[in-house]
Amino acid sequence: MTAEVLLFWVFGTATLIGAFFVISARSPMSAAMALVATFFFLAGVYVLLWAHAIAVLQVLVYAGAIMVLFLFVIMLLSLDEAEISAPTLKVSRLIGGASTLGLLAVLGLAIFRLGLPPPSPQSPAGQASFGSLRALGEIVYTTYLLPFEAVSLLLLVAILGAVVVAKSRI
Amino acid sequence: MVSTEHYLFLAALIFCVGMFGVMVRRNALVVFMCIELMLNASNLTFLAFARQRGDSMGHVSAFFVIAVAAAEAAIGLAILIAVYRSRGTLNIQDIRTMKH
Repeated sequence: MTAEVLLFWVFGTATLIGAFFVISARSPMSAAMALVATFFFLAGVYVLLWAHAIAVLQVLVYAGAIMVLFLFVIMLLSLDEAEISAPTLKVSRLIGGASTLGLLAVLGLAIFRLGLPPPSPQSPAGQASFGSLRALGEIVYTTYLLPFEAVSLLLLVAILGAVVVAKSRI
Repeated sequence: MVSTEHYLFLAALIFCVGMFGVMVRRNALVVFMCIELMLNASNLTFLAFARQRGDSMGHVSAFFVIAVAAAEAAIGLAILIAVYRSRGTLNIQDIRTMKH
């Protein structure tokens, strides 16, 4: 068993356990902490996929910025005891579980029948920079310059929209 | 080397966990966290296929997904704050003004 296989199972299992904690935690605060752990382990999986730049972005943006936003909102609204006594509906849990299992079966069958060839071996000549920030930047700033600028516009609109929606009186 | 199918199946599992959370949980904040989980599962699929093809396109897609998720989180949490201010609750079963 190579290190990659071992790390895949470790990170994959940890990610799944974290995801289960997110949906089973009783208070939003513990769900948020479990989600932070999930994002960190998922970043480890990304590194195994040779996506170093995206892994760093994952930790910076998701585990950093977005989760801090979540924690701020949880503390702002002081929701910690709001949901504890509310039991989830049995019927919705049943329907949700059944449809989730159905989707998982369909996806699993599709993946099983995919029949992909083994991936092209990594880091031969010309592939050494695969997944690095340099390779990502070269594509984003040449071929996908227009979508990149559109994303900057989207983020600007999101900032303005957040202020307008959340402020009680402008 | 771990096969691409393993990564795809891991992504499918994470997506299904997130979907189950969206269907079952009643706190709007936790539903939001489950949506983030599903977005991450799609990112994992993009990256798995990027390695499969040796193509950086998947990395660009994941990059854009992360950027859009950041915008979505900002707007969504602002909406949650506004809803909490007017209703005093985030339980999605009590927020049903637009249901009928």
